[in-house]
Amino acid sequence: MAKVTLENVTKRYPGGVVAVRDASFEVRDREFVVLVGPSGCGKSTLLRMVAGLEEISEGRVLIDDLVVNKVPPKDRDIAMVFQNYALYPHMSVYENMAFGLRMRKFTRNEIDHRVKEAAAILGIGEFLSRKPKALSGGQRQRVAVGRAIVRHPKVFLFDEPLSNLDAKLRVQMRAELSGLHRRLNATMIYVTHDQTEAMTMGDRIVVLKDGFIQQIDDPLKLYDRPANTFVAGFIGSPAINLIPGALTGPPWVFDAPGLQASLPESLTHGLALTGGTPVILGIRPEDIASGDGGGAPLDVVLEVVEPMGHETYLHFDLGSVRMTARQVGAGHYRVAERVRVTLLLSKAHLFDPSTGSALRS
Amino acid sequence: MHQKDPLWMTIVIYAVLFIFVAFSIYPVLRVVTVSLRPGDQLHSRSLALIPDNATLTSYVTLFTKTDFLRWLTNSSIVSLFVTLLGVTLASTAGYAISRFSFPGRRAAMISLITTQMFPATMLLLPMFLLLRTLHLWNTFGGLVIIYSATALPFCIWTMKGYYDTIPSSLEEAAAIDGCGPFRAFHKVVLPLALPALVITALFSFMAAWSEYLVAAVVLSDKRLYTLPLGLKQFQSNFSTEWGLYSAGALLVAVPVMVLFLSLSKWLVGGLTLGSVKG
Repeated sequence: MAKVTLENVTKRYPGGVVAVRDASFEVRDREFVVLVGPSGCGKSTLLRMVAGLEEISEGRVLIDDLVVNKVPPKDRDIAMVFQNYALYPHMSVYENMAFGLRMRKFTRNEIDHRVKEAAAILGIGEFLSRKPKALSGGQRQRVAVGRAIVRHPKVFLFDEPLSNLDAKLRVQMRAELSGLHRRLNATMIYVTHDQTEAMTMGDRIVVLKDGFIQQIDDPLKLYDRPANTFVAGFIGSPAINLIPGALTGPPWVFDAPGLQASLPESLTHGLALTGGTPVILGIRPEDIASGDGGGAPLDVVLEVVEPMGHETYLHFDLGSVRMTARQVGAGHYRVAERVRVTLLLSKAHLFDPSTGSALRS
Repeated sequence: MHQKDPLWMTIVIYAVLFIFVAFSIYPVLRVVTVSLRPGDQLHSRSLALIPDNATLTSYVTLFTKTDFLRWLTNSSIVSLFVTLLGVTLASTAGYAISRFSFPGRRAAMISLITTQMFPATMLLLPMFLLLRTLHLWNTFGGLVIIYSATALPFCIWTMKGYYDTIPSSLEEAAAIDGCGPFRAFHKVVLPLALPALVITALFSFMAAWSEYLVAAVVLSDKRLYTLPLGLKQFQSNFSTEWGLYSAGALLVAVPVMVLFLSLSKWLVGGLTLGSVKG
């Protein structure tokens, strides 16, 4: 049993900069929670407060119902994997992994057993006598993970552990870490700026911006029901199309330069709307189909065509908004070609332009 | 990549280097020559490096008929304590300045540098008065304090500069691995700072080992004389015992040379390579 609870946690640096404001959430036992957001959003600071590496200005952090605000990192029973690995350069791989156990006075046999077990899981058994500088980036990353898992801690903390790896290795390690989570059945908090890592690894995702928590949800909820324009734009690649316009009606019609589309009842049902209300219409690239049918048709001129092989991204202008549509398959589109696309409005989202919040009943 | 120099260039480079080597090594060789001369040839004008009838008499006399061994012991004691004090204080003070922010941090760093602007001669009188008042005049303690005080600013800056290159995430990793701040310093930071510690130790040692001026002011009791003071005794108003003087000077240089040679591999940095992503 290990859960982590944050209650109204705020981090204020001397000089007045506020890195995290009033953050509250709970990481359940054995849950994999990802903190995601652009750089400077406070996600690393939040993790470091859980680790005990940053003081908590206001609020409380609890590990298993015990307030740890004043507990030093070594007594929190956590392990952390750093972005730059932070391996001890003067120690061998074995000593790096054994160090935390030695500090905790484990017997020699127990240390040996745990280090070898972790090394076997991570496939670094043959490097145990090497120094970190004799390892590749991916191997160092594994040692850093190994140093965490030998400890059998209550909570694992990961601070952007994959961002120094090349793209291919990152995909591989992503899957390995997910596998490790299932295997160890441990509580993990993972910080990243990469929405793909967040979506693929997290049981739940905490989206942060400017120190504020924007939304906490499981990956698909986050994708399907973003709380505001920031979350909508941050999650999903290519990013969602956001079209500023206004509503006229009822019956409700979305009106923007180059587009007039009647909105399906499902989108506006239960909303207190008045005619002329400015709104932002959000529609994901995969919800723009080529050809006719089932939505608002639109004749557009392709500005950029990006063939990815299994799919093709079409970029075109709607008024002053650059739009992206995603088509399955290669297709045979050409730049400057006139094509008809259809916005599948039943999958669209409406946002309030003044607050950015989603309009939902 | 560097292209290989033409032959004539290589010859010129080596010739220039050779001249400089000869320039710096010849005086030392002359001292060797003088130390090997028998007593009746001290003022010989021969340029031979190994004189006729070369003898080790001066060396034997140095150990048997003078207080050389006492001076050696005294110098060793003083230098050892200066080195210990220097390394201990510089390694901790440098760490504090490198890692923590505290009121007066900047002022401390700048005043450390400022002390380096004044030559020791300028400080002799105030130092003398201070030591007299503290009853440390004519003691090893007084000498150790003054030597350490002169060596420390440079050492602290060296240590601080080196600590700055050690990523603080290593200490954070140590903190999570179960170390308190002191243990993290001792188990992780200090071993990585070894090259800087070696420089600090060498510098402190040398500040004490061959220093004359301050010692001459602080020590008056002949039993407390350090090597440079002792050697100076061979020089009197009427005559100078050049043989003993040269032999002693050479022997004084030996420990420093040995230290430099044996520690040279630590003087090369690069120990932190590979700890974090470069």
